[in-house]
Amino acid sequence: MENKKDLRSQLTKTITRPVEKIVKFFITASAFAAILISISIIFTLLTEAINFFQDPAVTFKGYFTATRWTPTFQNPEYGVIVLISSTLYIAVIACLISFPLGLFSAIYLSEFATKRTRKVIKPVLEVLAGVPTVVFGYFALNWITPNIIQRFIPGTGVFNALSAGIAVGIMIIPTVASISDDALNAVPNSLRNGSLALGATRRITSLKIMFPAALSGIIASFILGFSRAIGETMIVTIAGGQYPELNLDPRSAMYTITSSIVNVSLGDTPHGTTAYNALFALGITLFIMTFILNIGSDYIARKYRKEYE
Amino acid sequence: METKETVQVNNESVFNVTDLSVSYGDFVAIKNVNMDITKNKITAFIGPSGCGKSTLIRTFNRMNDLILGAKVNGTITYQGVDLYDKMVDPVQVRRRIGMVFQKPNPFPKTIKENITFGLKVNNMTDNMDERVEKALTQAALWDEVKDDLNKNALELSGGQQQRLCIARTIAVEPDTILMDEPCSALDPVATKKIEDLMQDLVKEFSILIVTHNMQQASRSSDYCAFFTTKTSDDGKRRTGELVEFNETSVMFTTPDQELTEQYISGRFG
Repeated sequence: MENKKDLRSQLTKTITRPVEKIVKFFITASAFAAILISISIIFTLLTEAINFFQDPAVTFKGYFTATRWTPTFQNPEYGVIVLISSTLYIAVIACLISFPLGLFSAIYLSEFATKRTRKVIKPVLEVLAGVPTVVFGYFALNWITPNIIQRFIPGTGVFNALSAGIAVGIMIIPTVASISDDALNAVPNSLRNGSLALGATRRITSLKIMFPAALSGIIASFILGFSRAIGETMIVTIAGGQYPELNLDPRSAMYTITSSIVNVSLGDTPHGTTAYNALFALGITLFIMTFILNIGSDYIARKYRKEYE
Repeated sequence: METKETVQVNNESVFNVTDLSVSYGDFVAIKNVNMDITKNKITAFIGPSGCGKSTLIRTFNRMNDLILGAKVNGTITYQGVDLYDKMVDPVQVRRRIGMVFQKPNPFPKTIKENITFGLKVNNMTDNMDERVEKALTQAALWDEVKDDLNKNALELSGGQQQRLCIARTIAVEPDTILMDEPCSALDPVATKKIEDLMQDLVKEFSILIVTHNMQQASRSSDYCAFFTTKTSDDGKRRTGELVEFNETSVMFTTPDQELTEQYISGRFG
């Protein structure tokens, strides 16, 4: 009996472990901080955007149908379609560059490269991912535009969508390449062996077996690349110009959502004005676009992970 | 392949292996293998784990080429042609010498596409439907899948998947099939089906099979090679060696080597 009581007291919570509690508190707080920050960003965006739409000069219809984005003009127009179309236009140019180049480098890396070449190329790709976007921006403006675009395509302006799109494309090659490479590497080696054992060449094996098997991961990399192209700011602000009207000529300047946000927030637009509040409407528009794309890429990536479990 | 001018040790043999050794970097996986593989017979490779039998079987269709650092010394001739001659194209070798792997590895495509892939690769695109049916029938799978040819192959059971892999292999009309522990992932019923199938296939093909299952070797093979690992004097390296190669009936009743007897009677390994 005595003994039993002793055991009970030994097992009773008497020791407080302050370090355990402090550490647990900080870990939990950090986890919730991220959520809290996201919520407050969305909240700020939403409330200011609502202010924007409460101005009688702004209508939902005008927002989506006007063909000029001129919030600081005498007779302001708020045609977000100008900005959305420019954003998508430049993003599509970027994708035309980065999808094939990124995908081919991924196929090369996972199917053809020897271990040694892989050791060299992978870090180089990662360096490309680490180049600050401002560098890409001036590279586009001061090198791509005069040396390539203006030389081969007459009538191109100093600021043009083509050069900005190409630079954004180069910037997202590593994203596409590295995620596609992961997707190809996630395909079981047994499929590769099965194909080669049937007398298929490396080329046929990579294109007919490995590529389709990794397709969902590759598509996820494309969506993520596209989403990065849409959100890219520095390059398009520096090299893409600020042409506020609806326009589909790649040789001329355009006006993306991100560069118009930069433009308004850097300028002397007074707080509380409709032009200033327009920033937040743009912010939420951009947020919704990239959010949908990220969810889509996440969904596809998860779906493909299931296949080989 | 009508290269008959080379000296053949045995008219009946499909492979002649001479002083073969395979190494990965510094590690010698298997060495000093000498054997002749008889045509239209089942030859089984048995032995404890790590004795190099899987490594060895992969040298017969040059699948070892795909492993970085793998190096093959000695010679394997296939119907008189040195498989490791510089001029030999491993892709052409694999078209004639098919392989079935340890784990069923159907492509994530339909049942039919699993077979037509190899046909297309080998330019056998005439009468594809007939070829698909023939291969599936030979692999004893036709009756089970004939109504679901467009179903994803991954939906089949493990045993069915393995028979599909066999069908895919024989569809391209090789003359030899290498099987690397084809039943190790299967239950006894599926295993039995594959073993029965091998007895049918051997009329047309030469079969080499690696197996961990001694009963399987004694039941279904005509010839049997027993390998074991020898540890080097300093105890650091283990290398596979061929201990005995004999007719299966002889090996399982009156083996030449003491080691073989110990292994097949279950006293080691």
